[in-house]
Amino acid sequence: MEKNDAHTEHSNGYTIYVIIWLSLLVLTGLTVAVAGIDIGELTIPAALLIASVKAYLVLTIFMHLRNESRTFTVFLYVAAFFLLISFILLFTDYSFQ
Amino acid sequence: MNIEAQAHTEVHVHRDDVGARLGMWLFLFTELILFGGLFIVYSIYRFTYPEDFRLAAKELNTIIGAFNTIILLTSSLTMVLSIAAIQRQNKNLSMFFQLITIALALSFMVNKYFEWTAKFHHGIYPGSDSLMNESSGQILFYGLYYVMTGLHGLHVVIGIVAISIMVRFTKKGIVNSDSYVKLENVGLYWHLVDIIWIFLFPLFYLIT
Amino acid sequence: MAFDTATSDTNRQEPSYLEYKGKHSGLLGWILSTDHKRIGVLYLTAILTFFFGGVVFGFLMRLELISPGETIMSPETYNSFFTLHGVIMIFLFVIPGIPAIFGNFFLPILIGAKDVAFPRLNLFSWYLYMGGGILALMSIVLPGGPADTGWTFYIPYSVRTNTNVLISLAAAFTLGFSSMLTGINFVTTVHRLRAPGMTWFKMPLSIWSFYATAWVQVLATPIIAITLLLVALERIMHVGIFDPALGGDPVLYQHLFWIYSHPAVYIMILPAMGIVSEIIPVFAHRTIFGYKFIAFSSIAIASFGSLVWAHHMFTAGMSDTGQFVFSLLTMLVAIPSAIKVFNWTATLYKGSIELATPMLYVLAFIFLFSIGGLTGVMQGTLSIDIQLHDTAFIVGHFHYVMFGGTGFAMFAAMHYWLPKMFGRMYHRPTAKVAFWFLFIGFNLLYFPMLIMGWLGMPRRYYDYLPEFHPYHLASTIGSWILIIGLILMFYNLIRSFKKGMIITEKNMWGGETLEWQIETPPIHENFTEIPVITERPYGYHDNELPVEKKELV
Repeated sequence: MEKNDAHTEHSNGYTIYVIIWLSLLVLTGLTVAVAGIDIGELTIPAALLIASVKAYLVLTIFMHLRNESRTFTVFLYVAAFFLLISFILLFTDYSFQ
Repeated sequence: MNIEAQAHTEVHVHRDDVGARLGMWLFLFTELILFGGLFIVYSIYRFTYPEDFRLAAKELNTIIGAFNTIILLTSSLTMVLSIAAIQRQNKNLSMFFQLITIALALSFMVNKYFEWTAKFHHGIYPGSDSLMNESSGQILFYGLYYVMTGLHGLHVVIGIVAISIMVRFTKKGIVNSDSYVKLENVGLYWHLVDIIWIFLFPLFYLIT
Repeated sequence: MAFDTATSDTNRQEPSYLEYKGKHSGLLGWILSTDHKRIGVLYLTAILTFFFGGVVFGFLMRLELISPGETIMSPETYNSFFTLHGVIMIFLFVIPGIPAIFGNFFLPILIGAKDVAFPRLNLFSWYLYMGGGILALMSIVLPGGPADTGWTFYIPYSVRTNTNVLISLAAAFTLGFSSMLTGINFVTTVHRLRAPGMTWFKMPLSIWSFYATAWVQVLATPIIAITLLLVALERIMHVGIFDPALGGDPVLYQHLFWIYSHPAVYIMILPAMGIVSEIIPVFAHRTIFGYKFIAFSSIAIASFGSLVWAHHMFTAGMSDTGQFVFSLLTMLVAIPSAIKVFNWTATLYKGSIELATPMLYVLAFIFLFSIGGLTGVMQGTLSIDIQLHDTAFIVGHFHYVMFGGTGFAMFAAMHYWLPKMFGRMYHRPTAKVAFWFLFIGFNLLYFPMLIMGWLGMPRRYYDYLPEFHPYHLASTIGSWILIIGLILMFYNLIRSFKKGMIITEKNMWGGETLEWQIETPPIHENFTEIPVITERPYGYHDNELPVEKKELV
């Protein structure tokens, strides 16, 4: 049986992983389906939203982010924020040309 | 104030699994931003050439793309199951899942190979005459397509090597139920490779 | 005098890290060592060697510019020289500089640890550094000649020129990897290996600086990695990304390049500021003024510094909105830097100031960095930058901050910490003479650039109108005085390794951080027992010399 290790106490059973995997497959199907519908301006946001949900599931469950100390999540926010702000500021140049 | 001096001089091997994972996450951020830079370039050019991108994307095969997405998602599953298995001291099951992951990764690369060679056959590759005759946006689309999926593919190959090493470590007991942070870290790397593809897929294959 | 055992609690039982016999001996014991201190010394040797190379190129450039027209080299050679000078100085000297040498050696000691979190990765970082350096050297000697694009590798010239651009890109890429891995190591070390009782706000301020720097190394460097990789792919495989002939946008290249290269300048300056925060309390005999302000300003500089990159591109063809946004953000980043300068100055006020050599360099830093910083604010003003962009003014500005700032701080750190690292004291009067040569030479070399740039002298031009001649003449003479100072300083320091007065004293300067409580030079594992921290650093009582300090003869 499991050892009395803080990390293992949080370890997930096999089932949760399979459930998340099924969710990911469903979301993939959703992405493909949505791509077939013409929603004009919302196409990119929709695609990114679904991809983000998938990424969130992989991060929190598969990568055990929810089992780690909060430091790890804060780190991720910092990195993501750096990317996001670069992206936004870059568009202050390109959106207004 | 309670002053306890801790004598560490005898202990030369310092084990810190949390620190090891922390370092791995930091490394993953560098990969995230490496690809992030490419996504930034993609977003600027898509903003500049929306029609060209749509046109160029028609050449890509959505079925193969979706199939590859499913392959990678499943490989993420098998990867994390291999960790759950070693946590439960099930060494053989862990190795089994690791090997499945490698098999799935290899089939991803095989699909990629077929995709790319089909494109080359149609004259769509960097610097080709037919590509150069297309409009700027389409040239850029394919430039980005090859660089991004190519760099991603390189990371898949590196992942295959890393997981293979883990199979060997697991077999030899270097990775075991008491000490499996190496496997976890390779798993983290593998999941990032998966996440990158999760974003690549809709942005290249599903613009219609 | 040579063996002052009265200040040691225990007689030295263990050999120093210099004499320690590990698995390997001799040279192998150094280049296979995972001891952070030995790695720091490896970096010291390598970095100063490359610095010397960079100085040679600078010297020759100034020689060319001493009079108008061709003086000692062709224009093509001049282009290659300023490229090499930039690549070497930036990627091989200033960016790795303080973190790789002094961060590696002292970060674990300052937080009460035995080593960094990933010692083998640390050694690997050094190998990558050497690999990058070798690639840079190869770019000089291989056929094709060294790259002549400037260290900025702007498109489209970088995909057109037939010089050794690819190897230069590979060098920069490799060096970037070294930097990223060091950053990963330092962030993890600070989070995981602080001694018991050392909370975040009991850490020395240099650790805050190294920490903030490490984050920038981790987050910003990958952007330059991918950007340079794309340029390489464009050269080799004609992948259309930036090349306008293939439909690309060369301004997008500039954006991506500067998204890293601006934060890179904060990688350069933050550790230098950390050094200043360490040294001022010691030689002013006062506790640092505004510890939390300085600590948070390091984080603020790292954060704001990633928001301002396009101020390098005001004349490149950006939208008006983009220009306004970046000009405004640039003003913001000056604020935390200024906060530091105010706090340092406040620390000096009513202090009992001892003008030891490290303090001279630190005071010079404050003066030179202020000039550099203020000229930076001038450049951040859109209307002024239209005039100043690509002139000698810019060159003057960045040398004031990178050399007058980081360079002088590194010299300060060397004079402060080398005695601790090697147990040898250099000849202090000579060190002070060298300082004055450096300070005077520096200002004579770079201040004229501010003036002639303002008057319209372009940068990267090897020829110029006669009206600029007096400034170039003064500047070149300044370079000679500066170089005399460098030679004197390095001769003094290097000579001290063998001939300097031996020091075994733990606390030769009267510092109040952990490195002054361990052996000189430190033992292999730094501490015989990991300390338990109960007090904040710099706990000086105003103007009181700490009891342990002994007068050095």
